[in-house]
Amino acid sequence: MRKAADLILPAATGVVMLLALYMVFVAVPTDSTMGIVQRIFYFHVPLAIMSFLAFGTVAVASVLFLWRGGRAWDRLAHVAAEVGLVFCSLVLITGPIWAKPIWGTWWTWDARLTTTLILWLIYAGYLMLRTVVGPTEQGARYAAVVGIVGAIDIPIIHRSVYWWRTIHPAVLVTREGGSGLTDPTMRATLAVCFLAFLLLFVWLVWVREQSLRLADTLERLRLEALGQS
Amino acid sequence: MFALIRKDLQIEFRTKETVAALLLLGLLTLTVLSFAFDPTSALRAEAAPGALWVAVIFAGVLGLSRSFVAERENDCLHGLLLSPVDRGTIYLAKAVANVLFMLMAQVVIVPIFLFFFNVPVGVHLFGVMLALALGLVGFSAVGTLFAAISVRTRVREVMLPLLMLPMTVPIFIAGVKVTGRLLAGKSWAEVTPWLHLMVGFDVVFLVVGWLVFEYAVEE
Repeated sequence: MRKAADLILPAATGVVMLLALYMVFVAVPTDSTMGIVQRIFYFHVPLAIMSFLAFGTVAVASVLFLWRGGRAWDRLAHVAAEVGLVFCSLVLITGPIWAKPIWGTWWTWDARLTTTLILWLIYAGYLMLRTVVGPTEQGARYAAVVGIVGAIDIPIIHRSVYWWRTIHPAVLVTREGGSGLTDPTMRATLAVCFLAFLLLFVWLVWVREQSLRLADTLERLRLEALGQS
Repeated sequence: MFALIRKDLQIEFRTKETVAALLLLGLLTLTVLSFAFDPTSALRAEAAPGALWVAVIFAGVLGLSRSFVAERENDCLHGLLLSPVDRGTIYLAKAVANVLFMLMAQVVIVPIFLFFFNVPVGVHLFGVMLALALGLVGFSAVGTLFAAISVRTRVREVMLPLLMLPMTVPIFIAGVKVTGRLLAGKSWAEVTPWLHLMVGFDVVFLVVGWLVFEYAVEE
């Protein structure tokens, strides 16, 4: 099962990612008003959703770790935060590339942008704490506490910055109902991109989780060897 | 719980180091920020609420990071944990003590803010103080929890602000908004949603802290 996943996950990710690239750069029609730059949307939105999924995973795994215990939950929270932070960084990079020609500015203090930036800061702090405390039982509990508090904080942060100001386009759900994507190829491309980044997310979590588990095993063996000598 | 609060207050009254440090740091921040804005420009009045809250935050982070240092240095935390009280109660006592320290510092910082930034003292002073009190409860709710964590790490002075500042953004935004609008002479109705937000934040994180504090202090 483990062997199979080692093979299937990278293969599936590679195939779907290639298909996604083909659809984004060749198949999908260019947006009539925004032009070529709109294509970055197909990376930006799936990445954003996947980073939310990752941070959600951190929260759930943290709760389960405190409730049930077990190093596996702790590893999952750690790994999800790492991958989530990478995705979140990419969101913060692809966003301004789109915003510069469309809004005329790299950055603006819009609600979604601000929330994403604060999310990034929270989980950067979370990983910083992880690094500082090291892979101990105590450190795992600290990280879980921060992971839970962070997750509870997100809706409040979003509410507060939303009241503060907002101009971000809501492409997927507009107030009139229906989506901003009129062309069926566009919707298909977005769907493929979602799948591609979901697979990438799962695969990265998988690989990273294995490396952490190996590090755990190594540490245990080292301690055993020290105990024997 | 009141015994625990009294203990913290007694230590503070004998040494007076935390409140004095908070006060001086808040004062320094206000002074430095005063140089950031031209004294004659209209920008200054716009920036005044932000300056007050930045001073409050800096002083607050400092005070919170101190709150567990004494416990740790003398190994008092073990004693506290061994005593027959719930972990949640220890958390609430610590949080209340921290709020009180920060409030004491505000009693001096706010008049100096009014003095430096030449803000008209109006009927709204009560509202500003209310916002400050609510904000400090929020800072303390999150900060006390994270201070207990960061005091055990190697880089505790850095860790606490890193964890705490992003989490308390709602408090900061709401505080600046309320202060700004009240000082601009806006009506009470315009600030109530923000005050509600702060109350909500305070309640949520006091409850969360009360629930998870045991995981943050146990060895």
